Amino acid sequence: MHDNEHADEGSRRGVSTKAVEMVVAAIIFGLGLVVVFDSRRVGAGWADDGPQAGYFPFYIGLILCAASAWTLLRAAFSDHAAGGVFVSRKKLRLVMSVFIPSLIYVIAIYFIGIYVSSAVFIGAFMYWHGRFPWIKIIPVSLLVPVSMFLLFEVWFLVPLPKGPLEALIGY
Amino acid sequence: MEEFNSLMQGFSVALTYHNLLFMLVGILLGVLIGVLPGLGGANGVAILLPLTFTMPPTSAIIMLSCIYWGALFGGAITSILFNIPGEPWSVATTFDGHPMAKSGRAGEALTAAFTSSFVGALFAVIMITFLAPLVAKFSLKFGPPEFFAVQLLTFCSFVGLGKGHPAKTISAMMLGFALAAVGLDTVTGTLRMTFGTSELLRGFDFLIAVIGLFGIGEILLTMEEGLAFKGVHARINPRVVLQTWAQLPKFWLTALRATLIGCWMGITPGGATPASFMSYGIAKRFSKTGEKFGTGEIEGVVAPETAAHAAGTSALLPMLTLGIPGSPTAAVLLGGLLIWGLQPGPLLFVEQKEFVWGLIASMYIGNIAGLLIVLTTVPWWAAILRVPFSIIAPVIVVICAIGAYTVHNAMLDVVMMMVFGVVGYLFKKLDYPLAPMVLALVLGDMAESSFRQSMLLSRGEVSIFWSNGLVGSICGLAMLMLFWPVISKVLARMRRGNNELDEARPVE
Repeated sequence: MHDNEHADEGSRRGVSTKAVEMVVAAIIFGLGLVVVFDSRRVGAGWADDGPQAGYFPFYIGLILCAASAWTLLRAAFSDHAAGGVFVSRKKLRLVMSVFIPSLIYVIAIYFIGIYVSSAVFIGAFMYWHGRFPWIKIIPVSLLVPVSMFLLFEVWFLVPLPKGPLEALIGY
Repeated sequence: MEEFNSLMQGFSVALTYHNLLFMLVGILLGVLIGVLPGLGGANGVAILLPLTFTMPPTSAIIMLSCIYWGALFGGAITSILFNIPGEPWSVATTFDGHPMAKSGRAGEALTAAFTSSFVGALFAVIMITFLAPLVAKFSLKFGPPEFFAVQLLTFCSFVGLGKGHPAKTISAMMLGFALAAVGLDTVTGTLRMTFGTSELLRGFDFLIAVIGLFGIGEILLTMEEGLAFKGVHARINPRVVLQTWAQLPKFWLTALRATLIGCWMGITPGGATPASFMSYGIAKRFSKTGEKFGTGEIEGVVAPETAAHAAGTSALLPMLTLGIPGSPTAAVLLGGLLIWGLQPGPLLFVEQKEFVWGLIASMYIGNIAGLLIVLTTVPWWAAILRVPFSIIAPVIVVICAIGAYTVHNAMLDVVMMMVFGVVGYLFKKLDYPLAPMVLALVLGDMAESSFRQSMLLSRGEVSIFWSNGLVGSICGLAMLMLFWPVISKVLARMRRGNNELDEARPVE
């Protein structure tokens, strides 16, 4: 595990676990409030024909608020519960280098369909992360979408989102 | 023996060419899913679920459950050869499995792992065969309060048996319930928490949540580690297999203990992961060579693998008999049953005999076939793991996107998958357990309707939950589970000085 020593240089800086813990708990608390208020809106009581629509979720929301408040206070006042760095900048960059391309990929599906964007996504990923030569990138990035196409559109007859290119070949 | 006859009929259903083929495909896909990071039993089954909508339900569930067996087997391969647990329940297998592989005993470790998985599963299936009809018959007497009590027990068990902090377990669980409540309320026809958007009308589908939480979340986590697979080469030949098999019988007691732990943890939704840790811990404590655990003891592979597989299999017992899954994967299978129009629960055993017994028979055949397949194809799977992560990662993201899209043919689901991916990443890093959240999302509507019906029966009196002995004792047990973290702390304080007992608890 000699890699750890290397990683340590970049891992001292970054967001603290305590902060992330508190933010996440606060968001959950907020969601709990939304549930409580919306359940009150649709009625959390008892109508002539039995419990109203918000009857069950109302209590779910209350428990959610209580549990997240507990987590929040625990993170705020106890040091050992949430010490250290949540994610170092180096690691965050790595995570983002997967997350952002994936996000762009998902958005691209809207416009050019899933097959073309998959080919581009796999190709780009192999180029940036793996430093593969084009001779390897092109076959892999084409083979996956083509086999998906055969499996879904042709064999199982499950339609997937398609763009202009698929329209050209009649799908 | 009525069960035996039904089982034989089940075999005649499962042993058609058609179903055997689906079984084979299922196991191969399952091992693949178990081996690849980011794809696991739960989201693998979730992704493949839409493909089975056109199949007959019996064939579909046979294939999907075989994917599950395959994933259980597959997790061991990566743990032993690469020291990377392909599945959370195979973390404990790395402790002794990988040291064995490094000292050149990879074949032995793999054979031991597969065989003990098989033994654990076999015992669990036998238990299902004889116990499930009894449980189903018994639960025919259940009314809404009893069903709600069982669900309460399910969720309280997560608090009591889980290793996370109770506040986080409860948060994750309630978040699941809240998400399940979004959309049209089927009883009153009221829209809940949709805020005027028509997309939220459908609510949140748990399949999307599973694919995002376990698939995308896992990829993000794996990326953080900057994964480079460095594996040990494995060769399995019949001689190694036979030699290992000759050694295994002397661990019968360890295997028996592991099976019991596994079955218990599988039925109460502790799940395979804590079962494997608990079994490892107990084996270490009771073994004569306990102090050598962690350096490559074969017993240290037998214990967690047997327990994990027994738990994974017996998680299907409450799913079939009560409609309450014992694990996230069982929850996904339950979702499948609902989509095929089969209502899981006690009546399934009366109305869909052929389906139930076909499935149980397929568990026997599937596990035997699985054992043979993994023993013969190990080098192939190890080769797949040598494919660089920079190819595997985007392909898995693509597969997840397709899986999320095909559930409802909706692009919004793919976007939701990414959101759940971020949630999965954050929750895993902050030790929020994901299983209770998924289970709450699946069971939310059912729990709510049984709660409402109970309230209707009692006109809003909560006392209906302790109105008779049966419902009262289930609720009592649930409360015991809910407050177990507090109770165990008090007990530990009373017994201070006697540390030995603490060691038997699961590793945290």
